[in-house]
Amino acid sequence: MRHLLSTEDLGKDDAVRILDTAEEMAAVSDREVKKLPVLRGRTVVNLFFEDSTRTRISFEAAAKRLSADVINFAAKGSSVSKGESLKDTAQTLEAMGADAVVIRHWASGAPARLAASGWIDAAVVNAGDGTHEHPTQALLDAFTMRRNWARINGTASPGTDLSGMKVAIVGDVLHSRVARSNLWLLRTLGADVTMVAPPTLLPVGVAKWPCTVSYDLDETLAAGPDAVMMLRLQGERMNAAFFPSTREYSRRWGFDDRRLKALDSHGLTDTIIMHPGPMNRGLEISAAAADSPRSTVLQQVRNGVSVRMAALYLLLSGETHAAPATIQEAQR
Amino acid sequence: MSTSAAAPSPQPARVVLAEADIDRALTRIAHEILEANKGSKDLVLLGIPRRGYPLARRLAAKIAATDPGVKAENITGQLDVTMFRDDLKRQPTRAPLPTQLPATGIDDKVVVLVDDVLYSGRTIRAALDALVDLGRPRIVRLAVLVDRGHRELPIRADHVGKNLPTSSAEKVRVRLAETDSVDGRPVNEVVIEDRTA
Amino acid sequence: MSTPNEATAYLVKGAAIGSGAAADLLIRNGVITETGTGLSAAGATVIDAEGLVAVPGMVDLHTHLREPGREDAETVETGSRAAALGGFTAVHAMANSSPVADTAGVVEQVYTLGRKAGWTDVRPVGAVTIGLAGERLAELGAMADSRARVRVFSDDGICVHDPVLMRRALEYVKGFDGVIAQHAQEPRLTDGAQMNEGDVSAVLGMTGWPAVAEESIIARDVLLAQHVDSRLHVCHVSTAGSVEIIRWAKQRGIKVTAEVTPHHLWLTDELVRSYDPVYKVNPPLRTDEDVQALRAGLADGTIDIIGTDHAPHPSEAKECEWAQAAMGMTGLETALSVVQHTMIESGLIGWDDFARITSLMPAQIGRLQDQGQPLEAGSAANITLIDPAARWTVEPNKMATMGRNSPFAGRELPGRVVATFYQGHPTVLDGSLNTPRTAEGE
Repeated sequence: MRHLLSTEDLGKDDAVRILDTAEEMAAVSDREVKKLPVLRGRTVVNLFFEDSTRTRISFEAAAKRLSADVINFAAKGSSVSKGESLKDTAQTLEAMGADAVVIRHWASGAPARLAASGWIDAAVVNAGDGTHEHPTQALLDAFTMRRNWARINGTASPGTDLSGMKVAIVGDVLHSRVARSNLWLLRTLGADVTMVAPPTLLPVGVAKWPCTVSYDLDETLAAGPDAVMMLRLQGERMNAAFFPSTREYSRRWGFDDRRLKALDSHGLTDTIIMHPGPMNRGLEISAAAADSPRSTVLQQVRNGVSVRMAALYLLLSGETHAAPATIQEAQR
Repeated sequence: MSTSAAAPSPQPARVVLAEADIDRALTRIAHEILEANKGSKDLVLLGIPRRGYPLARRLAAKIAATDPGVKAENITGQLDVTMFRDDLKRQPTRAPLPTQLPATGIDDKVVVLVDDVLYSGRTIRAALDALVDLGRPRIVRLAVLVDRGHRELPIRADHVGKNLPTSSAEKVRVRLAETDSVDGRPVNEVVIEDRTA
Repeated sequence: MSTPNEATAYLVKGAAIGSGAAADLLIRNGVITETGTGLSAAGATVIDAEGLVAVPGMVDLHTHLREPGREDAETVETGSRAAALGGFTAVHAMANSSPVADTAGVVEQVYTLGRKAGWTDVRPVGAVTIGLAGERLAELGAMADSRARVRVFSDDGICVHDPVLMRRALEYVKGFDGVIAQHAQEPRLTDGAQMNEGDVSAVLGMTGWPAVAEESIIARDVLLAQHVDSRLHVCHVSTAGSVEIIRWAKQRGIKVTAEVTPHHLWLTDELVRSYDPVYKVNPPLRTDEDVQALRAGLADGTIDIIGTDHAPHPSEAKECEWAQAAMGMTGLETALSVVQHTMIESGLIGWDDFARITSLMPAQIGRLQDQGQPLEAGSAANITLIDPAARWTVEPNKMATMGRNSPFAGRELPGRVVATFYQGHPTVLDGSLNTPRTAEGE
């Protein structure tokens, strides 16, 4: 693994390896000394062309727990709005000796572009690009699901996948990088995915996706999903004729109190409710659902640091400029 | 790597410790540990993956066999040192393995690190660093099945199954039933191979 | 009109005339004076063209030369050198320069720059609306009456989407036998569009440019053209549905012509997966189904011509994120090879058809009197000599255009322009630029 750009091109072995490594990283986070010396002397740059304090501090905590030096570069704003700047910025970071660039960008494909451009030699981690992908979010979601799935099945999670798990992803799939990254990763890990959305918020071409598509959340809940992932509804969608009103959206596609009760009446005691945050309480998810014991929202945040530690560790610890890395167990 | 005509013909792998030898060595080490510690009080055996861990379990079982007050699983653990190694940048990426400590932890304990082969000493250096982040043992000792020499750091073992003079061109392979098999059969043996073979 | 300035005569020996048999062509004073076999002419420079194919000089109805205003991207000089090397004896310079070619003054400036350069016949396209703003008609008559004698009008890059304005434009140009070349793109359906809307855009998370945004405008425009009985030309048709609509319109006798770019005959939106903006173009690369429909439409005459949509950009316009990148690809120097690869070597058309789609029809649509004439005695000596057996690898850095944004970079292509005769003067010989045709001091 040279870069982490998408889950679409992440193989199962690599995915499971990241999740397994994240388990070890999670153990570190429970220790008194929450720090590992692995990336001592390495520089990780958080290059954010779009605001996201949550994602940035999660990556920052991850890099710092691995002893890397962290530089935060907020490239959002008028000074860096021309296209040339990505190249210039990349070359600047290269000159400063960045070993990894964690990039958040409003434009789909910007991390892939950076990785393929030759402007910079560093490992590139996609921290969310436009409406394309957000691979570390999907990995932390999968990590959270795997722990719950393993608990239900009475096994330990390392080494396992999500075979047999049924996941519903609900909301603005069209504009969601979280939905896309989750779909590919969940499929790779063997889960079944149902996308639930108003038809206006599904992309043309969704029929080719390896998932079931539904316009009816109640029907999907009645089918007994093991996890229900609610997507954030961006404010700007509300004025672009994707749906008549937020009230109608909430009634039809929001996870409200009625649907929370429905999980109980369907006998779905182990079904979890997920949300990548930040939540619009009362819009796509009710306060009761967000705060219920089914909600994994805070677990997801916690697991985010572990998963990002794992990703940074696996990208940066091996031979520099090595061919695709493989697992090699300590033999000596 | 090919061997040139001038090089001595490669030696086939030769067994230096057979199953019974390994068992005898471990029995002796178990006794040495108890003797050095004046009993089993505060003992914790931490195996270094992969093969140090089964060795630690075998030692713990032997200790438990001589001291009925000891439950082997309560004094055994695994200490992964991957993320403390000094050669991470020189090797392909290694996935870390679990670190598992006994419930009692390691603070103020007598920790015996257990590994299969002591060579450069770098793994043990990494283990000592890893330990520091986990707690503060009263004493740390080192037990190894084989000491093959060629130390690169000021580290020595307290308990050694067998001192094995080797050339650095040779490779020492420890095979344990818990982790290794040959032709589908689990084996317990230590062999020396010529690296150039 | 143009007075030939070359006293030199050329005897092109043994080239296949289109799909036909080999023959000799004697060129004197800018005119093909004699054809046949075994010709000889005292004092004529003999060009051995055995194994080569001779076609009428290629005419591009859709070129962006960028001058005036974006001389960092291309100039009339560099663009027309590229045209000559690509086998073109005439190019139509699109109106989206800065200032926009929406007055007689600007079109005459471009025309004069072209005459001075002397590598190819530069024919300015006039803007339909002032400043391409889609609000008020530009002075189409003044441009038509100018020295540039503009006959093709287009807001290319922007669609004339106001139906009333489009209707008026179609009607108005009838007065001087003009044609409106429409960039068919419904603006509301393509707000923020980055690529073809379909399976690939769904995965890449890019705002889609749906086929219907092109097809709905074409459907409207052919009906408008029928209603007012005027000439409509559809620029860079890119979808299977558009081909169907145009086929239907032609069956109804509507005066519509259509063009396709070389890149839309080959490349698909799968290439966008690389996020390399060299593949960003408007209209976007479509699917293989569209590519096949465009090839079939071109072969059966539904689509009349090849238009390169040559759109050079400075490197910084492409060395950036996809969303930030400019749209467009260079095309003048690869058009012949791409058409040979996609249309001729696939067996869909022969060299006579090639002459029709790259010379005869575009000259007719643009109402160019001395271009697109068959290679026979009395025709203006605009000739492209092609070596169909040649193979070459596209290296944008070695091209005459200033643009390095060729989507074919690194690909091996068939066919090569060996010589280009522009009004009897060889602008290209032995595959290299020779000399420009001297301006005759108009």
